[in-house]
Amino acid sequence: MNDQLVLNLACVIFLLPLACFALMAVFHERIPRHGDWLATTALGVTLACAIAIFVHAAMTGRNLLVNVTFDWLPLGMTNMLKGGILVDRLTAVMLVVVTLVSFLVHLFSVGYMAGDVRYGRYYCGLLLFTTSMLGLVLANNLIYLYIFWELVGLSSYLLIGHWFEKKSASDAAIKAFITTRLGDVGMFIGLMICYWKVGSLQYADLFAAVQNGVLSGQGFAGYDWQTLAGLGIFFGAMGKSAQFPLHVWLPDAMEGPTPVSALIHAATMVAAGVYLTGRLLPFFSPPTLIFIAYIGGITAIFAATIALVQDDIKKVLAYSTVSQLGYMIMALGVGGYVSGLFHLTTHAMFKACLFLGSGAVIHAMHHEQSMSQYGGLRHKMPWTATFYIMATLALCGVPPFAGFWSKDLILGDTLAFTMQHGHWFLVVAGFGTAFLTAFYMTRQVFLTFFGAPRNEHKFEHAHEVAWQMLLPLVILGTLSLVGGLGGWFEKYNPKLDGITQIKAIAEAGYQSPLVATAVAAAHQVAAAAHEGAEGAGEHNPVVAQAHHTAMVLSIVLAFAGIGLGVLMYRERKNGKALLNPDALARAFRPVYVLLWNKYFFDEIYNAVFVETTHIAARVCAVFDRLVIDSVVNFAGLMGKVGAFVVDMLDRLVVDGLMVNGSARAAGFMGNELSYAQTGRVRQYLLLMVLGILALSGVVLVLIK
Amino acid sequence: MNELVNSWGLNPAIPVGLNAYLLVAAILFVLGLIACMARRNAIGILIGVELIINAAIINFMAFWRFGGSQTDGSGALVGPLFGVFLILLAACEAAVALAILLSLYFNFGTIEVDSIHQMER
Amino acid sequence: MDKMLLTLITFLPLAGMVAVLLAPGKAHNLIRGIAVVTSGVVFALTCWLWWVFDPTALASHGYDARTWIEIPWINSFHVYYRFGVDGLSTLLIVMTGFLSFLATFVGFSVKKQVKGFYALYMLLMTGMFGVFMALDFFLFYVFWELMLLPMYFLIGIWGGPRKEYAAIKFFIYTLLGSVLILLVMIAYYFQVAADPKTADFAFNIPWLVANQPFHGASPAFKHLLFWGLFIGFAIKVPIFPFHTWLPDAHVEAPTAISVILAGVLLKMGGYGILRFNYPLLPEVGSTDWVMWFLAVLGVVNIIYGAFCALGQTDFKRLVAYSSVSHMGYVLLGVAVLKEEGVNGAIFQMFAHGLSSAMMFMLVGVLYDRAHHREIARFGGIATQMPVYFGLAVVGFFASLGLPAMVGFIGEISVFLGAFKYSMPLTAFATLGMLLTAGYILWTMQRVYMGNPKPQYAEFPDANKWELISLVPLAATCILFGVLPALAMNIYLPSTQLFLKMFAQ
Repeated sequence: MNDQLVLNLACVIFLLPLACFALMAVFHERIPRHGDWLATTALGVTLACAIAIFVHAAMTGRNLLVNVTFDWLPLGMTNMLKGGILVDRLTAVMLVVVTLVSFLVHLFSVGYMAGDVRYGRYYCGLLLFTTSMLGLVLANNLIYLYIFWELVGLSSYLLIGHWFEKKSASDAAIKAFITTRLGDVGMFIGLMICYWKVGSLQYADLFAAVQNGVLSGQGFAGYDWQTLAGLGIFFGAMGKSAQFPLHVWLPDAMEGPTPVSALIHAATMVAAGVYLTGRLLPFFSPPTLIFIAYIGGITAIFAATIALVQDDIKKVLAYSTVSQLGYMIMALGVGGYVSGLFHLTTHAMFKACLFLGSGAVIHAMHHEQSMSQYGGLRHKMPWTATFYIMATLALCGVPPFAGFWSKDLILGDTLAFTMQHGHWFLVVAGFGTAFLTAFYMTRQVFLTFFGAPRNEHKFEHAHEVAWQMLLPLVILGTLSLVGGLGGWFEKYNPKLDGITQIKAIAEAGYQSPLVATAVAAAHQVAAAAHEGAEGAGEHNPVVAQAHHTAMVLSIVLAFAGIGLGVLMYRERKNGKALLNPDALARAFRPVYVLLWNKYFFDEIYNAVFVETTHIAARVCAVFDRLVIDSVVNFAGLMGKVGAFVVDMLDRLVVDGLMVNGSARAAGFMGNELSYAQTGRVRQYLLLMVLGILALSGVVLVLIK
Repeated sequence: MNELVNSWGLNPAIPVGLNAYLLVAAILFVLGLIACMARRNAIGILIGVELIINAAIINFMAFWRFGGSQTDGSGALVGPLFGVFLILLAACEAAVALAILLSLYFNFGTIEVDSIHQMER
Repeated sequence: MDKMLLTLITFLPLAGMVAVLLAPGKAHNLIRGIAVVTSGVVFALTCWLWWVFDPTALASHGYDARTWIEIPWINSFHVYYRFGVDGLSTLLIVMTGFLSFLATFVGFSVKKQVKGFYALYMLLMTGMFGVFMALDFFLFYVFWELMLLPMYFLIGIWGGPRKEYAAIKFFIYTLLGSVLILLVMIAYYFQVAADPKTADFAFNIPWLVANQPFHGASPAFKHLLFWGLFIGFAIKVPIFPFHTWLPDAHVEAPTAISVILAGVLLKMGGYGILRFNYPLLPEVGSTDWVMWFLAVLGVVNIIYGAFCALGQTDFKRLVAYSSVSHMGYVLLGVAVLKEEGVNGAIFQMFAHGLSSAMMFMLVGVLYDRAHHREIARFGGIATQMPVYFGLAVVGFFASLGLPAMVGFIGEISVFLGAFKYSMPLTAFATLGMLLTAGYILWTMQRVYMGNPKPQYAEFPDANKWELISLVPLAATCILFGVLPALAMNIYLPSTQLFLKMFAQ
């Protein structure tokens, strides 16, 4: 297998779902079964191609397989935005993750969405999403990434709003699109900085530019351009990966069908932000990396606390996703390239399994999502329960499940970073989240599958799901068990060109005016990243020690969390748990209310952003009509007034006084003088004579 | 004074002068005028008009006789011609006027001019 | 044949008008057939022009030599019948041909006085093509006014409830602009015609651009000329604060005319600015404060238009304000005088021509069924009319600037150019991307989503005539979004010539 074949396979991977989408978008009404078999088969083929690339990459010793560039958007005679395809090992992993989960979700949906009103359109949405996500992963430049980035946003919008008859669904769809687009605006600004300074958006050019110091010029507010561009781009990742404070859309996105939540809002699309951050890791400057680490840490612990008290089974998983994404981002922020992306991979497996499992439960319980209505379901759905619990153990970080390997790496990297230069918050957040995660997942499992059924009626009708829905659970559950074995990822991704570049920059005495510690941090980031890449820090005793400590601590905390969950939610013979969660909630009522309401973020954003925008819009609309249009109408009115004045002048003075006036004067005179017309001839004669006499008299007098 | 009286033709020794004719004409004219102004009867007014015309004829003849006839013959017969013309005119006028009067009489039943004042406002 | 091409494109619609006038007034289908055939042939001719036009081989005056035509018309005033195209006008001419062909089908929903409608419509087409081709100032002005007249009647007779107000407002506003253009034209005439040696070039646009007759004039006078032209064209674009005729005219006009109005007429403002305003007075256009002022004005257009759109309750008004917002990109792109910006501005004109035309058609489809445009009274249309909804998604997202659709290309090019000029201003302008998403999505939610309402239950899905006009637009919206180079390559050399004038 040569690289040309890899390129062809990559093209097939992108074009096959696209062609399938185009076909189904137009004809899905006419294809039998609305084309679900077509979409699923296409995805199966795509998955096979992706696995072929994955295996090929593992067998050749090389990281970079394909990097093809072609002209796309001419911005001028010489400026060209180029498109391109990149296949390296990271891409290969992402391709497998995306196609695998997508294929399984397609399969799962055959059962889950059966009889849906817009069955064909649903598959179109899935295909559009898969195509865009694959395009995103295959891009070798930021502009293509941005394009597919927005397109996955579109498909996410369409699929969240799949049941758009529900107001809450269409609201959630809009919220998701707008919130992520807010991030995208930041990302676009980052892109513009890159284009302006570098003149290209190819990853390779950007890394070269960082190395050459093209972006080191003074930018804004004391930050250099590299930091600003990095922050902008990371802002996009924050939106897509639902990082604090742009996390609000993800829980609402659970309005969409559950397989969609599994595919888009757990396994792949939300991980795109992590992918982007990882892909561009060498591009981020030290201040940006610190920022990234903090955002990740805050998100991780913040979302985990909310997940503690939620009742909706999907909401718990949604906040868990936010929290885990925060984990990955934090790992990348401290330079843990391998750990962050490794966790992305394992998380995709077990979280997709959890979501599909919850989908199976919801399906079995007639679309009841509240955990307070569940209970005892393991008797009805043993297979689902088994694989759900396996995925849960993976998420909790119990060895040897997949999550343990990646989470342990993250915690180790964080601890190593912190031991060397402070930022203790990150460690606290990391280990705290590990504990909280174990707790709330245990709570969920016990509320759902154990204890006595709390809604007898629905429990009676619950049943194990069909094979199309069970098979994905089996596959993903198995992968949750074996998906992280031996930390294969770090061996698969041993050499990372970018990481060495960071090191080079750090060693070149990179100067940043922002944080005094930044330079030092950069060294350490590079070191930690390097060590991580080399494999758990064999060479650096501090790092090695950190990883050992982290491993022990994380196992302890995972079991502690599970233990507390069991204590609080495992019902004993008398139907009561050892610790009463309700009593606890009463005791810490303010905290409970705060968490139950998700720290009131929705309310605050609504008041601060949404309402003000609407008010501004209304003000603008009214201003436009009342002021600007009034000026126009006033000008028109002034014209009318002027015309009226002139008209009056014309009618009164010119016509009235002069033309009609003279006529009327003549008439008046005639009228008045007509009294002299008596009709008596003799009178006229007399007057004539008298007149002549008077005139004669005058003449005589004058002559005299 | 004498000259004046003489010119009136009262002195037989002196030939009758222009003034005498003019005096007669003036008297006639005034009489006609008064008739026109004073009479209500249309016939009376018509007679007054005739008198005025006659006064004019006399004046024509007198002026012709006492200076109008030039020695070079250019003024020959101008006065009598005018006189004849005016007599004709008077005749015509009388005919027309009588016809109008007749018509008036048919329409209004009277020829009292003061009773006929339709034009008055 | 190439020599006759431009003339044919311009005056073939006039022949169509005569044919329509000769047809019996009751034979509606015959009249519609004539209109479709005429506009179809014209569209084919414009495609031929696209094919014939070679952007890499422009003559020394910057226009295509093969299609250039120059015949004396009014000798005593040095007026010539002078037609020519460069990349910019070719693109807009093809777009005009395309849109006027599609709008002919949209016009099928006009039921009263079909004959008069299509006769005026054909006359309008002649005016539009003439404007984009005339390179004689006088001739340009003639076509500019010629296009006004049928538009006035088309709005005033076939319009909505407040059609008289809208038609008069449109007419007077545009006439005000034309008067300013006329004054500048006269100024040029007297300047050039005073010298017998140059008198023959008095209205010759390429000559005026190349020789700059007012080069030595006082800056104040040059500013006077510049702003006279600018206001004249800005009214047409429309640029804040001269935009208020647009919502009224759009809302009252029949759908086919809204399509033409938004798709083509607004582009004439942008075309005028690119063809006359800047090239005739490059010194003014590249003055620091003028660049700043116009760039800010462009951003104001973007943001203010978007806010206004967000605040509307009338569907068509909302779309009209979105036009205000989108045309702000054009001004921003031109004002910064960067290659990316100008190219982006031209593409944005093209993109807006496609996407706004499609949006007006989509609104029109709904209006033909519901006979009202209150956003709040709609809801659940997507369930009733799935095919129509699918097309609406394409149209609205193209307008939103979603990547892989036309709107995106124009936006990013303009922003990339503007960013080189001013970072804070452009960063602020990106807020427009967000607001656009806001009003589009919110509108789609209120109109198309939600539970189907019983009063709209019997609405039929889009019929074949509506599909004939909507599907090609949807296809082009995507095609040129995926392969923007198809459209961009045609005018890149022309843009470069344009920008050479400003090289300090």
